[in-house]
Amino acid sequence: MANLKDLSKLPERLGPGHRLCAGCGASIAVRQVLMGTKDPVVVGASTGCLEVATTIYPFTAWRVPFIHNAFENVAATISGVETAYRALKKQGKIKKEIKFIAFGGDGGTYDIGIQSLSGALERGHKMVYVCYTNEAYMNTGIQRSGATPCGASTTTAPAGKESYGKPQSRKDLTAIVAAHHIPYVAQATISHWKDLITKAQKAFAANGPAFINVLCPCHRGWRYPQENTVEIAKLAVETCFWPLYEVENGKWRITYRPKEKKPITEWIKSQGRFKHLLKEENKPVVEAIQKEIDESWAHLEKLCSL
Amino acid sequence: MAKKILALTGDQAAAFAMKQIEPDVLAAYPITPQTEIVMNYSQYAADGLVRTEMIPVESEHSAMSACVGAVAAGARTMTATSSQGLALMWEILYIASSLRLPIVMPVVNRALSGNINIHCDHSDTMGARDSGWIQVYCENPQEVYESIILAIKIAEDKEILLPVMVCQDGFITSHGVEGVETLEDDKVKEFIGEYKQEFSLLNVDKPLTYGPLDLQDYYFEHKRQQAEAMANAKKKIPGIISKFEPLTNKRYDFIEKYRLDDAEVGILALSSTCGTTKVVVDELRKEGKKVGLLKLRFLRPFPAEEIIQALSKLKAVAVLDRSESFADHGGPVFNEVRSALYELNKKPLMTNYIYGLGGRDVGLSQIKSVFEDLFKIVEKGGPKSLVNYLGVR
Ligand SMILES: Cc1ncc(C[n+]2csc(CCOP(=O)(O)OP(=O)(O)O)c2C)c(N)n1
Ligand code: SF4
Ligand SMILES: [Mg+2]
Repeated sequence: MANLKDLSKLPERLGPGHRLCAGCGASIAVRQVLMGTKDPVVVGASTGCLEVATTIYPFTAWRVPFIHNAFENVAATISGVETAYRALKKQGKIKKEIKFIAFGGDGGTYDIGIQSLSGALERGHKMVYVCYTNEAYMNTGIQRSGATPCGASTTTAPAGKESYGKPQSRKDLTAIVAAHHIPYVAQATISHWKDLITKAQKAFAANGPAFINVLCPCHRGWRYPQENTVEIAKLAVETCFWPLYEVENGKWRITYRPKEKKPITEWIKSQGRFKHLLKEENKPVVEAIQKEIDESWAHLEKLCSL
Repeated sequence: MAKKILALTGDQAAAFAMKQIEPDVLAAYPITPQTEIVMNYSQYAADGLVRTEMIPVESEHSAMSACVGAVAAGARTMTATSSQGLALMWEILYIASSLRLPIVMPVVNRALSGNINIHCDHSDTMGARDSGWIQVYCENPQEVYESIILAIKIAEDKEILLPVMVCQDGFITSHGVEGVETLEDDKVKEFIGEYKQEFSLLNVDKPLTYGPLDLQDYYFEHKRQQAEAMANAKKKIPGIISKFEPLTNKRYDFIEKYRLDDAEVGILALSSTCGTTKVVVDELRKEGKKVGLLKLRFLRPFPAEEIIQALSKLKAVAVLDRSESFADHGGPVFNEVRSALYELNKKPLMTNYIYGLGGRDVGLSQIKSVFEDLFKIVEKGGPKSLVNYLGVR
């Protein structure tokens, strides 16, 4: 279990001075995940806000070895790094215990990179894949992704006279990954740091691939005041929009239950990307969203009772 | 030293060379007519004959992506592909060369879709000629075997550090059995030496960042350095070849001249077509006709000086292109060769033949007709048309 006093003594592996927006959820997620191991790490990232803002040549914010290859292939890239490590270790050319992490955005993971991820999981590389989900292609200007929730306005599925934003529901990537039957899968967010760091510790300790889907609020894309990032993440959990759970060796477990489930309208009211949903004519959309959230939670409860 | 002669197809020759190289990591995906390379190598690994860690990836895109990660981490890493597989890798080919990762990749040339076709032409690798990879084209399984070993040494040279494609003709070479003189395992290992990645990702005590965002103020300098690396390859390859020569008793230069020095007319070609052309040259020489062949082995780096020197005294030259560039102005090899000869005051007359697309056979009679055309061109003072199609209905 993560303890604040011990965590505060850990070295920062993502240095300050990077160019992510102030109040960006992604950098908070990275720092919390990296607190999950004391071993040396090698980090990979897919093209997106995180990579672009931390590596502008000739600077780098990474105090650990880092590789960016392309948008859709961080899983394959890290699988290459991890395999090289095993090969060289077997030959006695390297002795250290090293952990391997891939950070992919939701675009780089739910959408264009899902094949690369699925292949790497199936092959069983010992790596921790972290999807930092900000629910759109933020780096290229807030375009819809497979993680964008129904009703959110993005630049490629904007709200308009004839549109209430994205008409489709997001895909359930965490469950898709769980269907690979890898040792450890979890869903987490930055407001619940103890929960997230504990999950990271379990992921690093897993004997095989591990995956954590971390909701990372983005104030630019979600349109809320930048100082509210952690509050917004908390609201996602309290409304059951983003349930916190894990699947450890096939066993599903909810890791945090809101004492009182808040209505989804509170979530919707908190962000500009949903502003249009508050109009009278969009009431049925909001109701449908609430229904879907309730059903998903009930389904999750069922999985956890198995 | 007695060399073992093995009966091998081009694919088997490639797999055998790879076995002797014994890379630390191999990431590959099957595609006809390359599949036999991966299959053979997987069997070597399954039988414990190599200590290579295999990555049975789910696509060629991931194969090249994994190669990038593995080489950056300090492992000698190889893959192999053809056609659509190379096309799928495209994006990462450029990243591999830009990150200066010495990956050696046998490519078995196959026509690109559409329509889908599994037979030989060079459209796949011609499209990748500006990707920053060194490209070697092989005439037969013997050359495939030796070129792959040589390629490791070239790729990993500190002043080069560029990936290399070793190309052979699909089915014609890849599935044709020939006697291949092989070296002993330890001779190969000794020649290539150990791979040492100076900038390893696994050096956690000296962390570095691979693949940063590189904007207006540095990207251009990095591309300039990459161009310099290719120029270094041009300078250093002959020396590397000289070190290889005592092992094979063969001299593999950028180009091979076949009865060209006193020739009046000549053909310039790549890969297996050179074998066919040599037979025709010998036949015509018997009739007293002064014909010759220039085989282009390296397309990258482009051996412009060698080509100029070899062709300068000819009256007419036909360049054979096994791919179409859809420029309505000739194939890629023709245009590069013709441009190189612009330097000459007295240039040979030139013509281009697009041939053999989608595996269309090119026989002795067709090559003979090209030589006949060349003599007519000399007589008439120029070709009827700049671009011709050989063997198409
Ligand atoms: C093959 C390819 N297609 C498109 C792009 C353009 N592109 C770069 S980053 C990006 C979106 C990244 O979105 P995500 O993965 O969600 O990360 P975020 O920026 O939101 O953190 C896109 C579309 C690209 N670099 N490569
Ligand atoms: S746009 Fe969003 S995801 Fe990107 S750096 Fe800013 S806050 Fe972070
Ligand atoms: Mg995103």
